[in-house]
Amino acid sequence: MSRTPKLVALVAAAALGLTGCSSGSSDSGARNEGGVTTLELWTHNGGNPTELAVNKKVVDAFNASQSKYKVKLQSFPQTSYNDAVTAAAAAKKLPCVMDIDGPNVPNWAWAGYLQPLEMPDGFFDKQLPSTLGTVDGKVYSFGHYDVAMSLVARKSVLAQYGIRIPTLDQPWTGDEFDAAVAKIKVGGKFAFPLDMGTAGTGEWIPYAYSPLLQSFGGDLVNRETYQTATDVLNGPDALKWATWFRGLITKGYAQQKSGKDSTVDFVNGKSAIMWNGSWAADAVTKKFGADVVFLPPPDFGKGPKIGGASWQWGMSSSCAAKDGALEYLKFSAKPEYYVAYANALGLIPANTDAAAKVPNFAPGGKYRFFLDLSQKDSVVRPVTPAYPYISSTFQKAVSDILAGGDAQKILDKAAADIDNNIKSNGNYEF
Amino acid sequence: MYATATSQLVVRRVRARTARSRETLIGVAMASPAVVLLLVFFLVPVLLAFGLAFTNARLISPRPARFVGVDNFVTLFGDSLFWASLRNTAYFAVVVVPVQAGLALILALLVNAKVRGTNFFRTVYFAPVVTSMVVISLLWRFIYQPDGLLNHLLSAVSFGHWQGTDWLNNPDTAMPAIMVMSIWQAVGFHMIVWLAGLQTIPRDLYEAAALDGASGWKTFANITWPGLRATRTFILITITIAALSLFTQISVMTQGGPLDRTTTVVFMAVRTGYEQQSTGYAAAVSLVFFVLVLTVSGVQRFLTRDKD
Repeated sequence: MSRTPKLVALVAAAALGLTGCSSGSSDSGARNEGGVTTLELWTHNGGNPTELAVNKKVVDAFNASQSKYKVKLQSFPQTSYNDAVTAAAAAKKLPCVMDIDGPNVPNWAWAGYLQPLEMPDGFFDKQLPSTLGTVDGKVYSFGHYDVAMSLVARKSVLAQYGIRIPTLDQPWTGDEFDAAVAKIKVGGKFAFPLDMGTAGTGEWIPYAYSPLLQSFGGDLVNRETYQTATDVLNGPDALKWATWFRGLITKGYAQQKSGKDSTVDFVNGKSAIMWNGSWAADAVTKKFGADVVFLPPPDFGKGPKIGGASWQWGMSSSCAAKDGALEYLKFSAKPEYYVAYANALGLIPANTDAAAKVPNFAPGGKYRFFLDLSQKDSVVRPVTPAYPYISSTFQKAVSDILAGGDAQKILDKAAADIDNNIKSNGNYEF
Repeated sequence: MYATATSQLVVRRVRARTARSRETLIGVAMASPAVVLLLVFFLVPVLLAFGLAFTNARLISPRPARFVGVDNFVTLFGDSLFWASLRNTAYFAVVVVPVQAGLALILALLVNAKVRGTNFFRTVYFAPVVTSMVVISLLWRFIYQPDGLLNHLLSAVSFGHWQGTDWLNNPDTAMPAIMVMSIWQAVGFHMIVWLAGLQTIPRDLYEAAALDGASGWKTFANITWPGLRATRTFILITITIAALSLFTQISVMTQGGPLDRTTTVVFMAVRTGYEQQSTGYAAAVSLVFFVLVLTVSGVQRFLTRDKD
């Protein structure tokens, strides 16, 4: 007799709790109030005040230019941005407009988060090809800028050790590069002459290090079929890359885990040559002026290679105000905003019209080298929905290789894991 | 007269029964918010996760999840990363449980002494407990750097003979380094628990022992230690469960490296489930881990049961 009221109460409580869970709006990312539709926009620039300011500028200008739509901006810290979007997608609460890291576009398009952008023909003619998120022939996203990785050094240091300054057409060979670093190490002025940014984690690892792998002749996945990584990730070329990379640590040229901020260390004279992105260009030029020289990466056999594709803007598939989102994206694609991003961040404007208007990137400009380097040597990360898994596996493989593990075993396991993942997802067919 | 007495008894019994059932109802009503929260946010998701372990669910996928039976478990038991994680978790628990419990007891005994300044020391030892583990991991990461505070200290103390090592990147020192940091952070909490236990031991027992001329060690072995039995059980079980669920430090400091020497079961589950988007596989890891922790706690509870 005393058990029944407890049981009844328990069941009632559970039922009450569960009914609270079932309700939820099916429309996401937009609200209509009194004729003004408010669209949600998410960006990864939380904690990045410079870029966030430009984002806000574009949003404010759009809101002021018309009265039918109002865009509401919400920023997230970059490290947790992808997780936030994944969680929102699972809860069916994606915003209308959001930015996406370039290599994730195929995966998010395959997962059904994004819908293609219906822009008029020729709208993206002036766009740098690496900044367009094209999947299955449809454009899902476009970016305002691209970044170029390069070696950064000081002319005075290179001259001191009699090292040739490489050019875009005549980069260092792998052997030349090793010899140069060895000379600086022997000179004794720099404890670790080379800073490869090995403290970085996350997407930095494939972005910074897979181009070097590609220069050796390996790759993250077979780009003809995108269905296997065997032979490209664990073949003899990839092994050569792994041995070279770990060799930098054992020979004392670079630290296994570099300082937290490579740019700061370079500016403070802790390293002689730094492998970093063009976002650091302003800081080093400020300190060293004309002594700074930006160099192409070494040619390890298949030509110098750098990464490409950065953050791009797209529209979610569940957006309740599709027209508003398209309006906003068209508005933000005006050349003046490409110029704004390029000027604020020192990054390569992704539109050739805009590039002509930015003095640093116009022909003869201070940072024109990055634009030329990007056009000549950039390779995008594999355009496949398998990319997030490939990236995660490669990150672990690099971390283990740098720690001194058996490179062939590590690469074999990575390739096998990637193959298994692609197979277990039905080859990621659309 | 007899009837009135009986009816009075009946009325009294009914009134007692109504009062009791009203009390029960009130009790249930007061407990129901917590029970609802527990059910909805804990029990239901845990059961769903256990169900997920038998499917090939993905975090992001246009395809619905399919039932795959024990495939995930077969893959799991053949995965070298899982065994490495299990080994590291066991290593961490086996070292941290006795060391942390012992250190906390020593600190509690010291702090329990009736001297001035015990309040200050209590606060100092407890301060790391209330600091976020993420903050502590970041700070200790700087301390453990090759050119960090620890190596500078070692170099100074050994007059330059020993430069220390790259604590977090050396496969042999990475886990011990994390153990030291974890013990330092949590020892204050268990010190407080031991203190509470110590203060339940009647003072007159100690006075009697002093009168009998018992040495410090004999006092400890015959009065303090038996008196702490209940506290001992509690501390053993809580430290074990906390040690087995090691995650934050790994995620911030070493990300499972170097060479899988610091990966733990929870870290592996989070990485496969979230970063690699294989929710079904991660659910399998979690289910195996749940069974493991249940077994360990069960064994501990059995060994420390009241032998009446």
